[in-house]
Amino acid sequence: MNRLPELIFDISREGKVGYAISGTEFSDDLSAIDPDRRRDGLEDFPQLSEVEIVRHYTNLSQLNHSVDSGFYPLGSCTMKYNPKINEKIAGFEALSAHPYSPHELVQGNLEIIKTLEEWLVKITGMAGFTLTPAAGAHGEFTGMQVIRKHFDVIGQNRKIVLIPDSAHGTNPASAHFAGFETKEIPSNPDGILSLETVKEHLTPEVAALMMTNPNTLGVFEKNIIQIASVLHQNGSLLYMDGANMNAFMGIVKPGDLGVDVLHLNLHKTFSTPHGGGGPGSGPVGVAAHLVDYLPVPTVSRDKDRYYAQYFNKEGIGRVKNFYGNFLVMVRALVYLCALGKENLRKVAEDAVLNANYIRKGLEDVLDLPYKSRSLHEVVFSDKNLDVKTLDIAKRLLDFGIHPFTIYFPLIVHGAMMIEPTETESKETLDHFIATMKQVLKEAEANPGTLENAPYSTPVLRLDEVLAARKLQVRWQKGE
Amino acid sequence: MNIADFRFTKEHEWVGAEGDVAGIGISDYAQKELGDVVYVELPALGDRVSQGSACANIESVKAVSDIYAPVSGEVIEINEALEGKPELINQSPYHDGWICKIKMDNPAELDKLMDKAAYDEYLKGILED
Amino acid sequence: MRYFPLTDADREEMRKVIGIKDSRELFADLPQDKIYYSLADIPPALAEDELLGKFSALARANAYPDYLSFLGGGAYRHFIPEVVNQLSSRGEFVTPYTPYQPEVSQGSLQAMFEYQTMMTMLTGLDVSNASLYDGGTAAAEGALLVLRKAKKDRILVAGNLHPEYIEIIRTYIHNLDLHLETVDFSRETGAVNLDDLSGKLDDQTAGFIFQSPNFFGVVEEGQKIADILHGKKAYAVQVIAEAMSLAFLRSPGQNNVDVAVGEAQSFGLPLGFGGPYLGFMAAKEEFIRQMPGRIVGQTLDREGKRGYVLTLSTREQHIKREKATSNICSNEAWCALRAAMYLATLGRKGLLEVSRINHLNTAYFAREIGKNQKFAVRFPKNFYNEVVVQVKNVKIEDVLQKMQDKKILVGIPLKWFFPEYPDALLVNFTESHTKADIDRLLKALGELS
Repeated sequence: MNRLPELIFDISREGKVGYAISGTEFSDDLSAIDPDRRRDGLEDFPQLSEVEIVRHYTNLSQLNHSVDSGFYPLGSCTMKYNPKINEKIAGFEALSAHPYSPHELVQGNLEIIKTLEEWLVKITGMAGFTLTPAAGAHGEFTGMQVIRKHFDVIGQNRKIVLIPDSAHGTNPASAHFAGFETKEIPSNPDGILSLETVKEHLTPEVAALMMTNPNTLGVFEKNIIQIASVLHQNGSLLYMDGANMNAFMGIVKPGDLGVDVLHLNLHKTFSTPHGGGGPGSGPVGVAAHLVDYLPVPTVSRDKDRYYAQYFNKEGIGRVKNFYGNFLVMVRALVYLCALGKENLRKVAEDAVLNANYIRKGLEDVLDLPYKSRSLHEVVFSDKNLDVKTLDIAKRLLDFGIHPFTIYFPLIVHGAMMIEPTETESKETLDHFIATMKQVLKEAEANPGTLENAPYSTPVLRLDEVLAARKLQVRWQKGE
Repeated sequence: MNIADFRFTKEHEWVGAEGDVAGIGISDYAQKELGDVVYVELPALGDRVSQGSACANIESVKAVSDIYAPVSGEVIEINEALEGKPELINQSPYHDGWICKIKMDNPAELDKLMDKAAYDEYLKGILED
Repeated sequence: MRYFPLTDADREEMRKVIGIKDSRELFADLPQDKIYYSLADIPPALAEDELLGKFSALARANAYPDYLSFLGGGAYRHFIPEVVNQLSSRGEFVTPYTPYQPEVSQGSLQAMFEYQTMMTMLTGLDVSNASLYDGGTAAAEGALLVLRKAKKDRILVAGNLHPEYIEIIRTYIHNLDLHLETVDFSRETGAVNLDDLSGKLDDQTAGFIFQSPNFFGVVEEGQKIADILHGKKAYAVQVIAEAMSLAFLRSPGQNNVDVAVGEAQSFGLPLGFGGPYLGFMAAKEEFIRQMPGRIVGQTLDREGKRGYVLTLSTREQHIKREKATSNICSNEAWCALRAAMYLATLGRKGLLEVSRINHLNTAYFAREIGKNQKFAVRFPKNFYNEVVVQVKNVKIEDVLQKMQDKKILVGIPLKWFFPEYPDALLVNFTESHTKADIDRLLKALGELS
């Protein structure tokens, strides 16, 4: 019995109809367009009734694990609860204006953009923001372009960006797309960057260092202020990947630590939903001397009127159509307004408390490769285990728990990167710890159990090798 | 061609020479490290390669590895069987999983490479780390 | 507060277990003189009803809803069936992450597989990815794709491509060692000047990025363009800013175009003041290993049952890092899900019907406005859903203001992007405009003096 619903192409039948949209053709004059530029039909395109569409997608949805259905401790993803009031407000029709509307008719929207920028300035201590990038990686690319621009303007051809070995893959990828060469530098035995290592690699060719803080081990890069200092003395800049901002939002400001450029992820720290892989939003904040280089459009306030500028000769150009992912910004702003001054700090305090509670609960049964203090996430390795990280992860699925991130960061063997976030209860954490212990005991008693897990999910372990060897990325008629 | 007569590179490619034609592939160690091979990008017939330059690449589910030409010359034959069955590299890395044949410019280049005994030593060293 | 399940009792117990007395100790590694800074400038928390009040007021500060809009230019108002809103808002679709553990993500993965399939049907090409950020970044990725595949360093870009898209392409290639040259358009037809294209095409050119329907709403001769490019071993990349046009016009695949990229906001996404939108990319089979973005593939599970996984991950940043085909990680997956739902809901009949009405409404307007001597449709042949209207004897700012006074947003002034057309507007029509709406526009324009 196949538990996946049929494909819509197989449910489709000639004559089924799923829509009712008015729009009588009060004319059928097609003379304006040459017949040979027109399509002559849409063969094989599905036709379903509304009832079948509703059943199909409802059934599909029930095959997904989600934050709404259970624990989802993916490291560095910050799978926190996505508040429903955010969704309601983002659905307000009046906010959903055409992006080319005259400014005077969309003052509410421009105020939302500017207000969110101002919140982020307060939280990060940076001087100015652009909300245009659509995701964290997009923000990284934008930030690195700003850094290139800075050096172009002062006439220095610096080609190199230093990146720690614990960095997320988007860091070197983004730097590369901004025209830089990247050089990997090693973390020290505490899992962080040491000042000496940075100094060793500093040359006049170094444009910047891209640091994630806290890093992907969940550890605070405590040499950051000194590192920023030697970078600045060398004429280089410090980029901070702010994906892990959940660890210290409201506790410390990156701007106070010497950061010149950073990006944030609204779909992580700021509660906007992941949607199965986006849409996200990756605002970029910069120090005062870089504000002019931000991409267009920029939004400004003059007393209580708001304006947008589409042209900026000084800027890096444009990275995204229109204003960015506006309805994602709306969700983030609603969230911040809901937190307010009373709750802003609680986010990091509870997130870090939860991660450390898990660390304490599992450090007797799993190897902790770095003994440094954990902030919002903890990373274990599979050293001394007879079972693979992958198999542990797959067995967790049978318990209704989404696994942690596996095999990242690369500097930890068989890494298990666990980030609970602040929106999990103690009961959930206790259950997770107990389940992990149970799974590890199972592995000891009978390793085979894990190798074939999961057993109770809608599909069993999937053959990724077959998927890549016999590529099938679309339905074909007759299959 | 007998494996015992093969030469090996530090990047785990093998070369088996017959006259001035060299067949190349990757070693058993390499295919194990890569995991299940899903795709092979072969060089084109007539391509000129030089010793140490990338001439092909092999893709598994978790990585893509460049293959470096162990000798310089012209590609005169490619193993088209790999297009439909990339798993040949896992199943038979030294025989059916051959990648291409190169007409060598300078067979003396082979002397720079390790023989089987030296390669086995080299592997021992790696596995000990 | 309702987003924090821990009680004070929980916190106390957990601190005991961890061995600290105060949550502040958790931050012992941070510079002690910089932590717990003053929050004096942070506003107080708002309760749920206060949030609704505040944001309702902000929404009311938008006068936009009172206006009849004919704005297009890369963002189009289409009617969205309610099933799309209801089904896509299910928590199981909204709140999961990228499907890295496919066994518990089959819902998202199968939906993406269906989306990819429908995009290949519409574009007439072999493979589609599972989304990019928007039309402009998709155009940039399309350019980078052909540059990579051809292993060359030069591309040609049509001068009548959406100007924002050209801006984005320039930003993307600015710091890479790549070259861009613009190909001119005919002032008579509004379409790409094919002689200029042939003249500028050389052996170092990887491809030509053109838009059809172009920024002026004119449908290009895709087959002719593809032939010219293939003659010089270069690739044809068609950009589509109004995805609805795919259901009405000869497909990129039928025109032998190599890559189709663009904006699919029209498939079930609200105008949203510009985002989130939905970039798409489809291409001939040979490009699949060079394509950016996520791709879902069909496979079997341990018992031989059908299932779906993300595949060809070796192209992506988490494996290839600085050698990746793109840095994209999070994309617009939920938007692609909405698009899939919209496409399934309209189905073959709906897409053919709605896309046709978009053109017929535009054609009706073009015929009627042409009867008034004060106006001229600049490029009257082969438009799809937008036309450039030139106004005689009235300054464009006055036209915009007078129409706005009548609560009509008549169109985008072309002078924003094309200074050589200071007297022209780009006016768009969709199925959301009734005959009464279009007649109201015609009447208001007729009253201009």
